[in-house]
This record gives sequence, structure tokens and C-alpha cells, in this order.
Amino acid sequence: MLNIIEIVLSVLLIGLAFIALNTQSLIKSVMLLSGISMLAVVAFVLLKAPDVAVTEAVIGSGLVTSLFVFTLLSFRKTGDVQ
Amino acid sequence: MLQYAAIILFMIGLYGLLTQRHIIKIIIALNILEIGLNIFIITVGYYEGGIAPIFTSVNATNNLAFVDPLPQALVLTAIVIGVGTTALGLALARKIYAEYGTLNLDEMGEN
Repeated sequence: MLNIIEIVLSVLLIGLAFIALNTQSLIKSVMLLSGISMLAVVAFVLLKAPDVAVTEAVIGSGLVTSLFVFTLLSFRKTGDVQ
Repeated sequence: MLQYAAIILFMIGLYGLLTQRHIIKIIIALNILEIGLNIFIITVGYYEGGIAPIFTSVNATNNLAFVDPLPQALVLTAIVIGVGTTALGLALARKIYAEYGTLNLDEMGEN
């Protein structure tokens, strides 16, 4: 049972990482990075590290995503990206 | 199983770091590399059947059923340092955009 969850989690992590690097839209790439971070939270819980999981959920999926989004918004104001 | 996925995630991040030409994409690849490395360090201290290393009234003995808490403390520090690295990279990207007017590395030498 746990093995099936781990296999599905591994395939989703690798697939999302590949799509995040190969898509053209920047905001889609940032959102896929947030999804990878949420899947990493599930991986940390499965590996019996709940404190790391809470920190990753707050910082990796919230703070880093907001940093990327506000940086992209500041680019949109001054001109078009690429 | 998860440690192999972590190694593949690290390799995908390294590939993106070396082949992408857009600065935001390079920082995203750096984040993917960092997540893969964190999962791998956590899997070093894990073994089958271990419980979370929290001292509770249910498990009030200091026995050997805990997984190793030392890699978890190291990864907790590494996550916070990763946020600092990402913020520094994004600040440098803003300054580069103000200087050159583009974020693509191939278009920077033309103007």
C-alpha cells in the first residue's frame, strides 16, 4: 500500500519537474514549482519528518511562490517579458 | 523508492540549470535541484518501521525506534537558506532587467 503511494509520488514529482522546465509560460512554470513543493511535503510526511514538512509547506510553497509572482508582476509593469 | 526519485529530480534540476537561457527559468531549476537534494538527505536517515523523532507521552523512552533526527535538522536549515538564495537571485534578475531590458541571456550582448 505504502509502496504504491511512493511510486505514484515519484512519478508525479519527476513529471511535474520535467513539465515545469519545458513549458513556455513563466507563470505556469512557477505554479508547477509550487505543486512540486506540495508533493515534497507529502514525501516528507511519508519519510517521518513532520517538522520539515511544516516548514516546507509554509516557506517552499507559500513564500517562494509569492516572491516569484511579485517579481513577475514588477516585470509586467515596466514592459513585456521576453 | 523515494531516494531514486530524489536523485532523478536532482539530475533534472542540473539539466535545467545548464540548458535554460531565461533567468527566471534558471532560478526555477535551482529550486527543483534543491527540493530533490532535501528529499535525498531526509531518506538517508530513514529506515523501514521507524517512527517520527518526537518525544511524547505515548513513546516516553529514548529507544532506537526513532528515525535519525540529525538529517532533518540539517534540511530544516537548508530550506531557510534556499529561500535566501532564491530572493537574492530574483533581486539580481530585477537589476539585470533594469540594466539590459531583457531577461534572456542570448539577447543581452546585442544592445
